[in-house]
Amino acid sequence: MRLRLQVNGTEREAEAREHESLLTVLRERLGLWGSKNACEQGECGSCSVLMDGDLVCACLVLAGAAEGRDVRTVEDLAAGEHLHPVQRAFVDAGAVQCGFCTPGFIVATAALLRDNPEPSDAEIREALSGNICRCTGYGKILEAVHRSAAQGYTS
Amino acid sequence: MTIAPPKTRLRGVVGESAPRADAPPKVKGEFLYGSDLSREGMLHGATLRSPHAHARIARIDVAAARAMPGVRAVLTSDDLPTREKFGLMRADQPVLATRVVRYVGEPVAIVAADDPEQARLAARAIKVEYEALSAVTDAVAALQADAPKLHDPKDGNVIEDVRVVHGDPDARADVVVEGEYEVAMQDQAALGPEAGLAIPGQDGGVTLHIATQWLHEDLRQIAPCLGLPEEKVRLVLAGVGGAFGAREDVTLQIHVCLLALATKRAVRMTYGREESFYGHVHRHPARMWYRHGATRDGRLVFVRATIVLDGGAYASSTFAVVANAACFGAGPYRVPNALIHAVGAYTNNPPTGAMRGFGAVQSCFGYEAQMDKLAAALGIDPVELRARNALENGDRIITDQPIEGSAPVAEVIRRCAALPLPPRRSSNDPLELPGGAGNLTHGEGVKRGVGFAVGLKNVCYSHAFDDFSTARVRVERDQGGVVARVHTAASEVGQGIVLVCEQIARTELGVQRVIVETPDTTIGSAGSSSASRQTWMTGGAVLAACREVKAELAKRARGRRLEDVDVAELLGTPVERVVTHRHRPTEKRNDTTQNDGHVAFLFAAHRAVVDVDVDTGLVKVVQIATAQDVGKAINPLAVIGQLEGGIAQGLGLAVMEEVQLKDGAVRNASFTDYLLPTMLDMPPVVCDLIEFPHPDAPYGAKGVGEPPTISSTPAIVAAIRAATGRALERVPVRPDDIVFGTSSRSGWRVVAGDDPRGAERVR
Ligand code: FES
Ligand code: FES
Repeated sequence: MRLRLQVNGTEREAEAREHESLLTVLRERLGLWGSKNACEQGECGSCSVLMDGDLVCACLVLAGAAEGRDVRTVEDLAAGEHLHPVQRAFVDAGAVQCGFCTPGFIVATAALLRDNPEPSDAEIREALSGNICRCTGYGKILEAVHRSAAQGYTS
Repeated sequence: MTIAPPKTRLRGVVGESAPRADAPPKVKGEFLYGSDLSREGMLHGATLRSPHAHARIARIDVAAARAMPGVRAVLTSDDLPTREKFGLMRADQPVLATRVVRYVGEPVAIVAADDPEQARLAARAIKVEYEALSAVTDAVAALQADAPKLHDPKDGNVIEDVRVVHGDPDARADVVVEGEYEVAMQDQAALGPEAGLAIPGQDGGVTLHIATQWLHEDLRQIAPCLGLPEEKVRLVLAGVGGAFGAREDVTLQIHVCLLALATKRAVRMTYGREESFYGHVHRHPARMWYRHGATRDGRLVFVRATIVLDGGAYASSTFAVVANAACFGAGPYRVPNALIHAVGAYTNNPPTGAMRGFGAVQSCFGYEAQMDKLAAALGIDPVELRARNALENGDRIITDQPIEGSAPVAEVIRRCAALPLPPRRSSNDPLELPGGAGNLTHGEGVKRGVGFAVGLKNVCYSHAFDDFSTARVRVERDQGGVVARVHTAASEVGQGIVLVCEQIARTELGVQRVIVETPDTTIGSAGSSSASRQTWMTGGAVLAACREVKAELAKRARGRRLEDVDVAELLGTPVERVVTHRHRPTEKRNDTTQNDGHVAFLFAAHRAVVDVDVDTGLVKVVQIATAQDVGKAINPLAVIGQLEGGIAQGLGLAVMEEVQLKDGAVRNASFTDYLLPTMLDMPPVVCDLIEFPHPDAPYGAKGVGEPPTISSTPAIVAAIRAATGRALERVPVRPDDIVFGTSSRSGWRVVAGDDPRGAERVR
């Protein structure tokens, strides 16, 4: 099927199979490899994207359901070399090891801070509990979220 | 003579918490992992796997699969170029099952097709007729005479058998405690799936971009199975999404190359999560029988143990795992007399191999439970008992090897115990209690417990293995000024070896701009990113290469001090040095394992505080405190990242993570059913890094990756025991174990220290 959607502010078209996920479309059809494929079952958050502003697991969204929608991926955040504050905070806090979980955490953190600019530890833990990281033990990720909040990230 | 420009202070030298150079591309989503690689017109591979734990293959019919749309190749064992087998430490594994399958998930056929879906469907369309054989899925049963034999009948399913005999193992003691313990199968669960892209070359060879822990070891196993000389197989490291031991073994490497060579097209293979559970080796499950004896004033007199490790259907690194379980089986204590008998068995379970702390993790759970039993029997505080028996520099471990360099065991115990405890629980807010948002308790049945554990392990490879790493360091001038390029084959799997190389080169050379190049097989081996060894080995190689480069620069400076010259001026031609670094030799293991088999030892202590709801059996880990002997923290932030990440995996093994097997089949091959710690499960971690430099290591830096997973698990279980009074002789601890005190005996009677081949079934 022919699919039309807005990705990171640009009109995109892709040929996709009926039962393919939005994640497959982004990665394999549009070459946007930033959203990751760790479980493809909605359990790890590594494929987190925004669809019409809502945080979703792209692996759980059927391609067809993305027709005509506005999709924002991790690739939308930095302006060239200039990192988004959440990205900067993850780099500085040492929240990145293998980095496979990182794009998902970045997108989920940006969504969290948009809705709750000064989250408590408990609120961060709750909001990011759908994102699995196997490397860091989460301590530095928690710190990165606080750092980005402190930098007044709002947009 | 030009005047040297004023030197600005270098940023990111050894000892500084510099940010990683690979972090910006990772946060932007630009960093390409194995599963993100693509080539115009590439094909996609898929694998057909055995549904049986043990069966004869009567017939394979690929006709229907070959005829399907988009299918470019279907290969079974009949189509292989050679009969070579592969394997990390013993070549016992066929590339595709030949005549027999030995575990559920064993690869039987592979397919390449235009798209992944077609490849999967075609694999499913291959018809295989099996005749089931009797299977053995209990490792102790596998060692008995009546068990079906998986490989050479002469070896009786024994992969490795290690005895450590130290002092007089029959010594008598005032107080004796014993116990039977079990460690279940844990999955490394690296988030990045197994993935590789193979591109056939003009010369009949192949280039493989692969997420792996050890490029050259892959190469050694791949080339013969392809029937190619090693020069025709080129490996390049793809981005690695975590490893933790799971990428030490070959998974899809040979398959994807075979498909590329057969189709003369680029082929990518990526495992999905379910397949990943079958496709890579797991942590060895263990059954352990321990007996400890001590004097009335709390000095250890003897330790006896029998340890049976389930190696699954193929050997993988079972040899090293068994040796570790045995050598470190008495813990970081002064033990004058010991008998440890550890055996690794072939079974029809999925193969097991390396996982962080391998071997040492299993036995630590046993000996630390024993230390607590002993403390209770003696009426001595458990921390005090450990401190009283702590190894010191010059003491011998049970393999009779003296510990030289640094052995701050008493120090890690004392400093861990001194870290601040978390505040008392102030509210009965369900979010703060076990079960969290599930709102399962208001605090009535919630008990707090504190537990402590200490562990040790070797760093680098042991027992006369020729362990080395090669580094090329090149200093040159380009448009950006002076730049140092560091090239090694060391796999960056997330642990931060890129940082270590960069910080060492910057410090040694005084050059701000350091580029760590992509690892590949055009340079010599760096050995594996395992055994906590890369800082010591590849860090050591980079350090040595830098010093040679510096010597050449000094020569070019003709008597002027390097600090006083503009280095750019000396670089009319670049300076390049390649150095292969080896650690001091170690001895081969003898019959009683009494020799200097190891390079050096790592120590850590963990203290856990838990809240347990005794009514539901749910556990909330409230805090982990740790003190770890790191030698020297090259990058403290990265070291703490290793500690916290390793503790998360130790916590997983303590209370959540288990690959559940039924008749050899994995029953929970997904992240829905295999539970990993999330941010809600991980408590704050308080760390104390203990820096007693080791004289043989670069800057004194020992490895840091494994100790966090070794003693964190027993510390958490000790805390749950303290809270509940339950015996808890198995990990992971399940709610039923807490609520009902379920026991998990193996059903075998084994006298600690005896040969498990003589085990008796308990009726
Ligand atoms: S890949 Fe989508 S949630 Fe794991
Ligand atoms: S950094 Fe590796 S999974 Fe999070």
